[in-house]
Amino acid sequence: MAVSYNDEAEMTPVPAAATNLTPDAPTSSAAGAAVSEFKLENGLTLVVIPDRRAPVVTHMIWYRNGSADDPPGKSGIAHFLEHLMFKGTEAHPKGSFSEAVAEIGGQENAFTGNDYTAYFQRVAKEHLGDMMAFEADRMTGLILTDEIVAPERDVVMEERRMHCDADPGAQLNEAVQAALFTHHPYGTPIIGWAHEIEGLNREDALAYYSRFYTPENAILIVAGDVEPEEALRLTQIHYGKIRPRGAAPTRLRPREPDAVARRLVTVNDEKVDQPSWQRCYIAPSQRTAAPGESEALEVLAHLLGGGQTSLLYRTLVVEEKKAVGAGAYYLGSALDDTRFYLYAMPTPDVSLPELDAAIDRVIARFIAGGVDAEALERAKTRLVADAIYAQDSQAMLARWYGASLANGQTIEDVQEWPARIEAVSAEAVVGAARKWLDRRRAVTGYLLPVEPEAA
Amino acid sequence: MNKPFASPTAKSAVNVRELVTPRGVKAWLVEDYAVPLVSLEFAFRGGAAQDPAGKSGAATMLAGLIDEGAADLDSQAFQRALDEKAIELSFHAERDHIGGRMRTLARHIDRASELLRMALNAPRFDEEPIGRVREQMSARLRHDAHDPSSMASRAWRARVFPGHPYALSAEGTLESLAAIERADLKAMSRRLIARGALHIGVVGAIDEARAGRLIDDVFADLPADANLAPIAEAPFVGLGGHEIVDLDVPQSTIRFGRPAIKREESDYIASIVLAHVLGGGTGLSSRLFREVREKRGLAYSVSASIASFDHASYLYGGTTTKNERAHESLKVIRAEFLDLANGNLGEDELEKGKRYLIGSYPLRFDTSAKIAGQLVHIQLDGHGTEWLVERNRQVAAVTMADAKRTAMRLFGDGALSVVLVGRPEGV
Repeated sequence: MAVSYNDEAEMTPVPAAATNLTPDAPTSSAAGAAVSEFKLENGLTLVVIPDRRAPVVTHMIWYRNGSADDPPGKSGIAHFLEHLMFKGTEAHPKGSFSEAVAEIGGQENAFTGNDYTAYFQRVAKEHLGDMMAFEADRMTGLILTDEIVAPERDVVMEERRMHCDADPGAQLNEAVQAALFTHHPYGTPIIGWAHEIEGLNREDALAYYSRFYTPENAILIVAGDVEPEEALRLTQIHYGKIRPRGAAPTRLRPREPDAVARRLVTVNDEKVDQPSWQRCYIAPSQRTAAPGESEALEVLAHLLGGGQTSLLYRTLVVEEKKAVGAGAYYLGSALDDTRFYLYAMPTPDVSLPELDAAIDRVIARFIAGGVDAEALERAKTRLVADAIYAQDSQAMLARWYGASLANGQTIEDVQEWPARIEAVSAEAVVGAARKWLDRRRAVTGYLLPVEPEAA
Repeated sequence: MNKPFASPTAKSAVNVRELVTPRGVKAWLVEDYAVPLVSLEFAFRGGAAQDPAGKSGAATMLAGLIDEGAADLDSQAFQRALDEKAIELSFHAERDHIGGRMRTLARHIDRASELLRMALNAPRFDEEPIGRVREQMSARLRHDAHDPSSMASRAWRARVFPGHPYALSAEGTLESLAAIERADLKAMSRRLIARGALHIGVVGAIDEARAGRLIDDVFADLPADANLAPIAEAPFVGLGGHEIVDLDVPQSTIRFGRPAIKREESDYIASIVLAHVLGGGTGLSSRLFREVREKRGLAYSVSASIASFDHASYLYGGTTTKNERAHESLKVIRAEFLDLANGNLGEDELEKGKRYLIGSYPLRFDTSAKIAGQLVHIQLDGHGTEWLVERNRQVAAVTMADAKRTAMRLFGDGALSVVLVGRPEGV
């Protein structure tokens, strides 16, 4: 059981290629197999993604709650509970689920994001029903004692030390997010702040569990070598008997106020030999954006910083030699307003303010000069091709559908994504840059060695 | 759940064909039309271990430059040509080989083939990308200079393989990168990129005839023979001792290891099963995970596995624990080595380990790119296509007697060579 801490917020929302979907009569197209969606009487959503190339299935359950739903003062509880979910139930005491997965050579893991928590197993197809039996059981049957909770909290503290406290780059990331979101919980690290993790206990975990781990709040994704009807039959047997709670839990999140101040945060650390630069803007997500705007931001990120032919790389790395690397990405898949990133690493003689100014010049020129038609075409080709490449991995498809649905998208939204990307105009891309790449909405982060005079 | 595990051993996860192209190049092919794409993976034997003296990092730099301009296309033009058709192409250098992978939509196979042919047969090695890639590699080295995990693995390799190419970093050093010139890269390319050292895997929506043409177009005109320097076996030194690398961080990053059985030897598969019992898999099946993480909360991650190279094989593991508990963690880890060395291995433990290794093998073949990678790796390890079935058969055949005999050899007196980065207490 490698319960992992993954910042799932970094996942790119590239869905499968378009297929025509009707829940009860799925259709296939040359672009890929049909995806089916069902809803059980207790409110649980089931999505079946066929992939018959190998006799394996990916069984993945998503709960529509993540770190941004941690109660105030209890940061890290979503992630801590994810660890504790492996501690056993009355029917399947400590370790027996993981042992069963290991014995059949399966893989399992779990991850917590800002907006969701998910658990999955990848096994030979004949074990799908068994996996459902275990997973359905731990939706309601978790047993926790202080003897189990205390050492696991130590594990999480070690996880935090390993990923954050020994890494100045990770410390800068946390500081940038905390500065960017002054009120909304995206500013709090998924793993939680150390001083709050230390205080998390059994009661916190059980209260959170009972609030969110319900059939109405769950999305089950089954991808692999299984017929939709068979997946539905098994789901009804195992998950269908879970008592509904009457309604899905509500997520109560404070809204971020409109930003007016450009911010700069700096981490100086003696472990830093190579400075780096980042900037993070608040931008609308697929869910909060106006129609077409999220897609325009996706194309914008690719044009500015997707690979070696992108504007930032070409200008700063190839031509001006101010940076050894530069790029951009957009976290479109999020429940609330999200983030658009720029990053760069300077060459030895270039200071971060100099790099900062050079990047601002690139963006200003882009907004003034418009989009190169061929570059726009290449960006769309690439993004649309990603949707086809994604079909090569059932685990990746399971994650994209799961994350999208957990963030309030529909299967149709996912499947129509390539068409929406194709429809993005040059004007929309420039418009998105002008509107959202506004430094008043942004935090710039500097990672630097210790300054000689400060040492 | 105690299910029989005979069935997964019986058949191959994928249907592989060995093909010889019209011009005599060998490759392995898996034809699969479920998704309209083609994945190609290939590797040339000889890798970072072939770096010239004082020029470590040369193979990695070479790999970084193969897609930076070819024939009449300079770096930007070449990258644009890939982008226009969403063709993915990348190269990498490992210790014993230099390899590449390409992924393309099936409808763009002609253009993909043309661009890959250019990259391998007519790389430009222009000064602009050479300087840029050197700066990028140098920045990476500076970035990792005080990263605990990079520091620990560097120190561990230098400690156990002094004087051998395996002691050096495949990424080079700031000094060695500065010494690498265009002529070195061209010479390295001529020495390594040759038909005689080549292994290929093709997977996807492509038939044998088209795959044959693709392979001939790309590879058939390469020089026949590689020119590889002989590499000595890497002796393992420093067993039974430890080294502390000071770094002001709250945790100690620990790397430990000892010599292991080479993959050509008959007990190699038994050693893989034992390493799995000690520290493999994804959690509770691993003794180290249970003892270090689950029972004591000493660390978030702990694992061990066999690292197998052409000229060395070793059992290697690591964990990261707070400084105050570094001593305790190491003690717990040592105790597990000794326990297995003393032959304390349960029948149940052995069977579960075997079941896991057998059952999880098909998951290595679940995407086109992963299948293509496996096809090349199996060839690099010196196996034929029968290995796809034979591997699990050999795991299933490991008896308790095999395991105990191998455990005595693998774990020996339990002595380890250890590196700790941090401020460990009581070590």
